[in-house]
Amino acid sequence: MNHIDLPSLAPLLPEIILALFAIVLLMAGAFSDEEATPTISIMAIVGIIGAIVAICLTTPGQTTFDGAYIVDGFARYLKILALIGAAISILMTIGFARHQAFGRFEYPVLILLSAVGMMLMISANDMIGVYLGLELQSLAIYCAVAINRDSTRSTEAGLKYFVLGALSSGMLLYGITLIYGFTGATIFPDIARVLSDGDASLGVIFGLVFVMAGLAFKVSAVPFHMWTPDVYEGAPSPVTAFLAAAPKVAAMALFTRVVFSAFEPISTDWQQIVIFLSIMSMVLGAFAAIGQTNIKRLMAYSSIGHMGYALVGLAAGSPEGVTGVVVYMTIYMITTLGTFACILGMRRADEGMVEDISDLAGLVRTKPWMAAAFTLLLFSLAGIPPLVGFFAKFYVFLAAVKADLIPLAIIGVLSSAVSAFYYLRVIKIMMFDDPRDRFEPMAGELRTVLAVAGAFSLLFFLVWTPILSAATAAAQSFF
Amino acid sequence: MTDWPLLSILTFLPLVGVAFILAVRGDDAAAVENIRRVALITTIFNFILSLGLWFAFDPADGGFQFVEKSEWIPGLISYHLGVDGISMPFVVLTAFLMPFCILASWKAITDRVREYMVAFLVLEMLMIGVFCALDIVIFYIFFEGGLIPMFIIIGVWGGARKIYASFKFFLYTLTGSLLMLLAIIAMYWHAGTTSIPDLMQADFPVSMQIWLWLAFFASFAVKMPMWPVHTWLPDAHVEAPTAGSVLLAGILLKMGGYGFLRFSLPMFPDASQQLAWLVFTLSCIAIVVTSLTALAQRDMKKLIAYSSVAHMGFVTMGIFAMNTQGIQGAVYLMLSHGIVSAALFLCVGVVYDRAHTREISAYGGLVQRMPWYATVFMVFTMANVGLPGTSGFVGEFLAMVGTYKASVLTAFVAATGVILSAAYALYLYRRVVLGPLEKEAMRRMTDLDVREKFIMVPLVFFTILFGVWPNPVLNVTDASINTLVGIVAEKTGTPPEGPQIDASQFTAAHGSSADAVARGMEAIGMTPPASGHGEGAAETHGASETHGASETDAASVTHGAAESGDATPAAAEGEAPGTETPGETNETQASE
Repeated sequence: MNHIDLPSLAPLLPEIILALFAIVLLMAGAFSDEEATPTISIMAIVGIIGAIVAICLTTPGQTTFDGAYIVDGFARYLKILALIGAAISILMTIGFARHQAFGRFEYPVLILLSAVGMMLMISANDMIGVYLGLELQSLAIYCAVAINRDSTRSTEAGLKYFVLGALSSGMLLYGITLIYGFTGATIFPDIARVLSDGDASLGVIFGLVFVMAGLAFKVSAVPFHMWTPDVYEGAPSPVTAFLAAAPKVAAMALFTRVVFSAFEPISTDWQQIVIFLSIMSMVLGAFAAIGQTNIKRLMAYSSIGHMGYALVGLAAGSPEGVTGVVVYMTIYMITTLGTFACILGMRRADEGMVEDISDLAGLVRTKPWMAAAFTLLLFSLAGIPPLVGFFAKFYVFLAAVKADLIPLAIIGVLSSAVSAFYYLRVIKIMMFDDPRDRFEPMAGELRTVLAVAGAFSLLFFLVWTPILSAATAAAQSFF
Repeated sequence: MTDWPLLSILTFLPLVGVAFILAVRGDDAAAVENIRRVALITTIFNFILSLGLWFAFDPADGGFQFVEKSEWIPGLISYHLGVDGISMPFVVLTAFLMPFCILASWKAITDRVREYMVAFLVLEMLMIGVFCALDIVIFYIFFEGGLIPMFIIIGVWGGARKIYASFKFFLYTLTGSLLMLLAIIAMYWHAGTTSIPDLMQADFPVSMQIWLWLAFFASFAVKMPMWPVHTWLPDAHVEAPTAGSVLLAGILLKMGGYGFLRFSLPMFPDASQQLAWLVFTLSCIAIVVTSLTALAQRDMKKLIAYSSVAHMGFVTMGIFAMNTQGIQGAVYLMLSHGIVSAALFLCVGVVYDRAHTREISAYGGLVQRMPWYATVFMVFTMANVGLPGTSGFVGEFLAMVGTYKASVLTAFVAATGVILSAAYALYLYRRVVLGPLEKEAMRRMTDLDVREKFIMVPLVFFTILFGVWPNPVLNVTDASINTLVGIVAEKTGTPPEGPQIDASQFTAAHGSSADAVARGMEAIGMTPPASGHGEGAAETHGASETHGASETDAASVTHGAAESGDATPAAAEGEAPGTETPGETNETQASE
């Protein structure tokens, strides 16, 4: 290169929009009082919508920063998905902030910053980019988890998440250095080129294992899941809702891109690891959730299990598998957000927010519509047809059977039968038990989210074809 | 042939009822009454529509009729419905039983009526969908989807141990079905289609067939249910409300048998042939063991539940005999059992609504207060036993004829099951209906009211009608079953064991609608030189004579019971076995 070119910034337009929004809102928040928080939240949502529009306008198939950043169909689909998740999370906070004195303007700003990090993760085509995106996303979430700084639970959860997250970042970095050391590259296609030339050396395999350990931590796959239940339980509920939805999408997207772009030539090596992570997550998610009494903890184990199912698609290592992962994450995110809308609606006049499963007792008598929607979502998470969760599982198993991963598929379906048990238990408490005191009326936005998610899980076939074709097109980016 | 999509209308009409029910405002008595009426009208209307299906159906065609097909998920699943002679009667049976379920719940269910009716109508939609689906994924969706309303019906309106029963029901059937899902996926990748008619043509390698067969078996055997995975059934039956038991016994159990006929036999014929011994063994165990278990039950519903398992043993046995008679018998038995067991549960529901207990020992001597009831119960008990002249006989007989050709030993063991079924059914009848009227609570029992008569009379009518005149049903199922047997024989390359049957003969003969029993005889007598078969023919002949005589026989028995009910208590006591009555009296006295 003879002269220094400024890399093209056009593909980064959505990230730039969001980052500017975050900075401006931070300033605005700092110079106004708590009354301004709802306005800031709404402005944050506006910013996210702007970013989504910008993503729709960018043309796929571009790279910038010498190939370290890529915009392809996969990135566009998952970015839009993650941003929708972030926007809904902010939306669900507005009512919570009103009655729980959760009026910190920093919260929407932190989510915006985290969203920027997620978008960088999804578009990262380079190991350094991976690390930067991941850290930006994680640091924002660490703060968000500990945002109730007077609450021991919240700060404990934040600290726990931070320490373990730092450990995983360390592992990831160590893996990246090993891979750089043995392949001399950080950009994914370059790594793949070096690896396809000859057999992978032991150093690369070590690096791969460390990188995957770091990524598994972010998607909370077993055995790197320890933080999940504690953080889910300790974090304020809206933060948990956010944590369970959008970052999981981004982390799974990153996982997919790393293994398919950088390590495609040594797929047999990483497939073993993914299969192991997947089996462990599905089985542990299914069994550990059985004994839970706290609904947020239950959802933590449920999300561990669901990550296991998504990894089944990844383990297949085929276009069908990636389609399965994309479809799975879409459905997972929507049903999870709906479920958390219910959890955020668990509020009594005298007790405030409640989180025990037993608090849901007899919900069908006191709030029949909420109970009906929650039941639909839980059946959907359990994967019972005709609800949408069945199709999520159907697609990943479709890929697994095609790739001849029959034992993995069998373990998957059996653990899904086990996991049906704990979803049924929640349903049983809601539908069959004697009612307890009525919950306070749900905020309008929660009701909307719940209604949309419930309707989606029942009537998804109305929007199924566009989702599926978009997911298939996204998956084609790697093949 | 009609142009409009009759099957879609039949399947989704219940949802219109659901919409109306949800639109009914308020929770007062008038609203609840309206909800019940809406549900009843919807189900009756659906039944009338299903009769249209029956009459418009062309029995000469062994293929699928009323086919509807449109793309749903591109390249994978299509919305594909259609019925043949095997599935069509089940659609009609479902639509037929639903109004009775609604009627039976009229007074029994007073709590959360709206949700109850919605659950039933949704369940009706899913059950009809199972029998109409011609796409294997659509089939799976309907098949599994039925778990949700049934889980809620058992769990909300069930008895004391409803939670345990509903969980057991759900998890048992879900686990079996999930393995089937994997098999469906494997079939899709192998054959490249999810269309059932196309999959019937597909050839799966034998080693793959075995695995696929086992996976489907896991699902259908649980659903049937076959021994040893039948244990969910007694629990679910006992705890479910009456109408829930009716649908469980009447329809949901039939999905397993239907699944064997629709998938296991035509798609995996080699595996079916190789693993028939497994089915025969399990069926024999089921017939004998569960019949003996039924004998020892104290709870009426549990007894009938075990008797269902035993009868389903005949069905699986008949199906895997893989010849026309066996399958014909299995289908007929399923339809008959759909009516009879449903009716038996309704009979239990009648006394349960009055006395609020299902303990057999709490009853006795009902004949003196409830002559109508005693008559009706008698008919269904006899049909359950398989007395000639009732619908139960035709199915059991045909199934045994078919099995005899495939495995004499199995038929022999199964025949002992018939004796055992007579033992437990009559024992139940004696303890509940006959005997002296000694218990205080029993004196206050009132006979069937108009609503209950309205439920029972049609069921009695059909039980006897199909016992003496099975042709309408056999005509309809005939062509499709012959096609099925033809597919199996062609694929396996070997005719079914035993004397060979030329399926085409029946296809040709079906227009004359030969009597089913005569056909069974004809099938065995078709190879006259062998002496063994000559004996078989003689046996059959004897049985068919009984059958001929049975009309009057059953009628007179029924009559007798009715008369004795009207007459003095002494007459009823006289009818009960004299030696046992004192013992029974002592027992009940001791327990009191």
